Amino acid sequence: MNTLQMALADGMTITKRNALKIKRAPDLLGGVVVLPIVLVLLFAYVFGSMIELPGMSYTEYLLPGIFVMTITTSAQITGYTLTLDLQKGIFDRFRTLPMSPSAVLTGQTVSDVITNVTSIVTMALVGLLVGWRIHTSPLEAVLGFLVLLLFAYAFSWVTATVALALRTPEMFNNVATIVSLPLIFLSNAFVDSSRLPGPLKVIAEWSPISTLIQGTRELFGNTSPAMPVSSAWPLQHAVLASILWSLVLLVVFVPLATRLYKRAVSQ
Amino acid sequence: MPDAIVAEGLVKKYGDVVALDGMELTVPEGTVFGLLGPNGAGKTTTVRILTTLLKPDAGHAKVAGFDVVRDARRLRAHIGASGQYAAVDDHLTGAENLEMVGRLYHLGVKRAKQRARELLERFDLTEAGDRPVQGYSGGMRRRLDLAGALVASPPVLFLDEPTTGLDPRARASLWDVISELVTAGTTVLLTTQYMEEADRLADRIGVVDHGHVIALGTADELKDQVGGDRIELSVTSAADLEAVRRTLAPLAVGDMQIDATALQVTIPVTGGAAALTTALGHLSTERITVRDAGLRRPTLDDVFLTLTGHEADEKIKETVR
Ligand SMILES: Nc1ncnc2c1ncn2[C@@H]1O[C@H](COP(=O)(O)OP(=O)(O)OP(=O)(O)O)[C@@H](O)[C@H]1O
Ligand SMILES: [Mg+2]
Repeated sequence: MNTLQMALADGMTITKRNALKIKRAPDLLGGVVVLPIVLVLLFAYVFGSMIELPGMSYTEYLLPGIFVMTITTSAQITGYTLTLDLQKGIFDRFRTLPMSPSAVLTGQTVSDVITNVTSIVTMALVGLLVGWRIHTSPLEAVLGFLVLLLFAYAFSWVTATVALALRTPEMFNNVATIVSLPLIFLSNAFVDSSRLPGPLKVIAEWSPISTLIQGTRELFGNTSPAMPVSSAWPLQHAVLASILWSLVLLVVFVPLATRLYKRAVSQ
Repeated sequence: MPDAIVAEGLVKKYGDVVALDGMELTVPEGTVFGLLGPNGAGKTTTVRILTTLLKPDAGHAKVAGFDVVRDARRLRAHIGASGQYAAVDDHLTGAENLEMVGRLYHLGVKRAKQRARELLERFDLTEAGDRPVQGYSGGMRRRLDLAGALVASPPVLFLDEPTTGLDPRARASLWDVISELVTAGTTVLLTTQYMEEADRLADRIGVVDHGHVIALGTADELKDQVGGDRIELSVTSAADLEAVRRTLAPLAVGDMQIDATALQVTIPVTGGAAALTTALGHLSTERITVRDAGLRRPTLDDVFLTLTGHEADEKIKETVR
């Protein structure tokens, strides 16, 4: 077996392990299936019925935001599982095996793609039930889902890096909650970011979360000519910018997480 | 016989703590080496370096002909390791845990499955094999972890306190497994807190303290090293203990041990039965009632105590000089 084949085979073994873990852990499964359903229903019925937008329903406007909110939340499973594994010493077992050293992190992040597919499909189906529609061609729609998944994958490496730096599940959970809430609310997920006050507006317009939400809205056709998009570059080129953001995150955080993993397990 | 494990001058520091300070050991192929030492002596650190989990600050080591630092990747295909604390995955079943290890050793899917079943049976886990490990007892986890070390039938095996937490039956059966493996040519390095275990399994024992080996040899050689025989006697009243100590001090060739709760005194002597007779004569002159007296060879416990100055197990004894 050459190095690449080994990396792939071992990555798959670890992916399978993580998928089994998620299937058997009710707390993780709740985050992947139940929470997305609750979020879609809650937002669609509570806000969808109260807020009027020019030229489109608020439910359609909201759904891409909820997609993005959910994938950033479930990317945290990577970080959380890593901190748990660090404490249990299972990495000691892995590191005495002749396996590819990259397999632990790739397996972990790839299994997150599986959970992300699960939660996105769940949300899309529930979304269709409550009135969300795709208005674009099937090709664009598929691209929309792929852009979401790519970003989610890159974001898993971000949470992996944070987890390997913090090392304990408690610390990780605290930090993840404190960081992820403002990340979502300081964006165009629920409101038009161009109506935010001064500095908040700049942050929201340049946030990768806003970019991704705008890109997804465009690819699903959840936009309205009556609602102009801000002139900030990433929002004007939202699909391209979303892909660029994902690549930048990967380029920065894959090596960083790999370095931190080596440091964390060699003590 | 070529050596399966060679370690020379290993040093490992954690800040100010010197975990290993010139650790040396040599284990010929097909033999069992027992590392014996008090808590914090450096046993686990040694095992972690030899299994490529940790890089030494100085010194070097070879296992199965591979340098543990330079050839770490290739070495891993030739070793099996079970750490001091069971490293098993709670959400996976016993079978899935072993299968995963088999696949990471690149045995192939079919062989990994088959090997998992074999090992579950060997470690008496067949019934529990399809249940998530979450519901296993401590001893069952321990056995599963050990099974994990054997998945690839590696020629060199590292076991860090393999029987800690096992019941007597599981311990005896693990001893059998290890004996079988060694008969078939496997080299084993194990650490243990149990003298009986080292005595029974290890061809050679290294006593470790403060990060290096302070004594080395077969169980018998070590026992000889701490000197001949032991007189063990018990008295009827605690008040007599001091009198016994005073009376027999001239006979003792090392530290006397006095156990105030068991009313027992252990005196290292030379001269065997004659020494016992002399001792009993002195005591009867002093009119000290002896309830029980006997002569025995030193145990590894005595070796341990004499060499390290620490107690090997949890019994609290008072050492009187
Ligand atoms: N990660 C670490 N950080 C700091 N100090 C450490 C670390 N690991 C070990 N030590 C120290 O190194 C010394 C040797 O530890 P080691 O675990 O090798 O002992 P041991 O012989 O296995 O003990 P035990 O019988 O308790 O398992 C101890 O003083 C310990 O405190
Ligand atoms: Mg130890």
